[in-house]
Amino acid sequence: MLGRIAGRTEVYLAGVLIVLSVVLFILNPKFLTAENLFDVLRNNSFLGIVALGELVVLVSGGIDVSFTAIATVAQYVMGVIITKYMVESVFFAFLIPIPIGIALGAFNAFLVNRTRVHPVIITISNLNVFYGLLMVVSKGRWIYGFPGPFRDFARLKVLTLISEKGVDYGLSIFTVAWFFIAFATWVVLRYLPIGRKVYALGGNSEAARRAGFDIFRIQLFVYCYIGFLSGIAGFVHAALNQMIQPNAIVGRELDVLAAAILGGASVFGGAGSPLGVVLGVLFIAFIKNGLILMKASAYWHQVIMGLIIVLAATLSAYQQSLERKRRRWV
Amino acid sequence: MIEEKAILSLSRITKRYGGVVALQNVDFSVLRGEVHGLVGENGSGKSTLVKIATGVVQPDPGAEIVVEGKKIPRLTPYLAFHLGIHVVHQDLSLFPNLSVAENIFAHEYIERGRRFVSWQDMEGRAREVLGRIGVDIDPRAVVGRLSFADQQLVAICRAIASEAKLIILDEPTASLTFREVQRLFGFIRELKAQDIAFVFISHRLDEVLEISDRVTVLRDGVKVGTFPKEELTKARLSFFMTGKEIVAQSRTFPLDGPKEILRVERLTRRGEYADVSFTLHEGEILGLIGPRGSGRTEVALTLFGLNPPDSGKIFLDGKEVRFRSNRDAIRHGIGYVPENRLIQGLVLDQPVADNIVITILDTLVERSGLLRPAKKLSIAEKAIGNFGIKAPAVDAPVRSLSGGNQQKVVLSRWILTAPRVLILDTPTHGVDVAAKESIYEMILNLAKDRGIGILLISDEEHEVLQVCHRILVMKEGRIVREYVPSEVTEEVLRKEIVG
Repeated sequence: MLGRIAGRTEVYLAGVLIVLSVVLFILNPKFLTAENLFDVLRNNSFLGIVALGELVVLVSGGIDVSFTAIATVAQYVMGVIITKYMVESVFFAFLIPIPIGIALGAFNAFLVNRTRVHPVIITISNLNVFYGLLMVVSKGRWIYGFPGPFRDFARLKVLTLISEKGVDYGLSIFTVAWFFIAFATWVVLRYLPIGRKVYALGGNSEAARRAGFDIFRIQLFVYCYIGFLSGIAGFVHAALNQMIQPNAIVGRELDVLAAAILGGASVFGGAGSPLGVVLGVLFIAFIKNGLILMKASAYWHQVIMGLIIVLAATLSAYQQSLERKRRRWV
Repeated sequence: MIEEKAILSLSRITKRYGGVVALQNVDFSVLRGEVHGLVGENGSGKSTLVKIATGVVQPDPGAEIVVEGKKIPRLTPYLAFHLGIHVVHQDLSLFPNLSVAENIFAHEYIERGRRFVSWQDMEGRAREVLGRIGVDIDPRAVVGRLSFADQQLVAICRAIASEAKLIILDEPTASLTFREVQRLFGFIRELKAQDIAFVFISHRLDEVLEISDRVTVLRDGVKVGTFPKEELTKARLSFFMTGKEIVAQSRTFPLDGPKEILRVERLTRRGEYADVSFTLHEGEILGLIGPRGSGRTEVALTLFGLNPPDSGKIFLDGKEVRFRSNRDAIRHGIGYVPENRLIQGLVLDQPVADNIVITILDTLVERSGLLRPAKKLSIAEKAIGNFGIKAPAVDAPVRSLSGGNQQKVVLSRWILTAPRVLILDTPTHGVDVAAKESIYEMILNLAKDRGIGILLISDEEHEVLQVCHRILVMKEGRIVREYVPSEVTEEVLRKEIVG
């Protein structure tokens, strides 16, 4: 039944996506070319991966807005190491940001659990702490000139096609990673006891406590999970851009929250699914892509994003009030 | 001999919190397959006893806890759970976003570690547990979408699934309709036959007497006694609880030359109520009794301007009125005290004074647009005195008051608006015997001294018999009978409502 409800949001969202695609296609036929779509999927894999982390935190009844700073710190440390020692192994480079993300996530979880302050406050503070410290240490310097293998890796595709103009394009390794993480997150949330505990905690924290669940362990899991995915996303972001700017990611928190909420995650906890969040990210990605294809000004992006968030939150609140009414009269 | 059959036996239980004695030298034992009623007023020590029985609180030294013949030196919540002692709290402690099956087996997640969840297996086993007492609920249904009664059964099944031998039900019937209570009792009897024991805690003495085999009465932390059901009547039970004889005879005063205030003619709202007609006089207390869902609250909301009727007329002082909103109704002198005072009535964290004056805030505003705190306080203090509200201070949060006193706060604020008609929706719901008494007192005085016409919606036959001048019986959206208390007994009235 849980699947059935989530299914409803997802089916609904999928329908909206299709309509949106048709509209964008009519406005600019270029939108529905394989080249453009593969491009959108590749460019949004960073967003897609962190949104899945945010989903897990939201389901537990928490929220994390510090993940942009976590991803930045994690990728920056990686950048410093691989450029300084000219690390040739991409795999080794990939392993650097992950423990950093997990450690910073654990720090969030610790503070949320011990201080009992609302996580939105804790993580906004930590966003500033992590990011501020990075700026102090790095002085805002950009990092570029990565080792060769790192450059080649970013162009890796699982499926390659050649356009008429002779440019090759296809399904990027990062898109595959994003979808794989979505699948893995689904398995964790649906089939592992820890995943079910995350839903339980978000549904009724007092009942979770009475049932004897170790609340700190669940919190530790969710904040470390988003930290872990932020680490991976930091790597993806660095590889996609082939450079690391300390201020490139911070500021995109709302995009991610919007994607998660659009996808059916509730800010009150207990609801949401990975498939929904993938669709939510695609929705935002399509809109942005459409605006770019229409050559709209960057400020319009902000306006539209803001409106989408208001719309998504309103819809979700409306859905909940419907739900309450239904329950009362059944 | 009793000890052998006992599932749980608590002896010499004393518990002090600082200087306050919550329980003093109480013995309490529950036999296998027994339904044991536990009654007492608020603050009598029931909840402390439950907390001790479930290991949440440790008794003072000298106590002895024996579970199934084994002495337990230190009972913890974990141990109590594994010994099969479970509580179904009033709030049920369910996960509203999860399925029935998952709620039933949620405790298994603790021990499962990293093993995968098998939904099929879980749903199959849930079906088995539900089938054991013959509950017809889909294990895949989301709990938050079930009725409260069904959610309660899920909570009971959860206890059974973890091998409960004793289930403590804390005020289980407080939010149930009559039919749902009967259904719950059916399930309790079924489980009793399977040797599961229950402790049944309730303010509703009829129900306690109906379902229990034995009843233990607590008063001020002391055990008055444990009695077999056969030795008890409702009157005796409430005497044991309060130490006061509660008289169940009519206490109304005669109306001299009744003057009509409110008249309702053939009021109808599709799907809720139909053809409702009655008259309410000055100083009259009119009882409206009927099962939940009979349309009584819906009629009340209509009279309060919140639920416009499809057809029919409302007259105030002989003139037809049409309320566009509750503001409109208040202006016409209609007050309404909702059913669930905690949800709909009070701002719990705000001071008593602010809660009292909320209905007349407009009159407390100076020309400058600011509030006059001194006037607020003096009005609130007067109200507290007039209505005998027991509050630590005028600026204490309402949350710190007992249920009965909270209800008085709600009543007093409506009286400040000087209403002509006051609609009270089950005002004594969930409050203890003594608090009920003082609320009756208040209602009677309001009608007598101020001539307010009162429409009293009620669940309890003895209540309307005591307090009302006339009684309307409502069923399935219609008023089916009208009685005068002197010509009807509790028994007859009950049959009329249920049958």
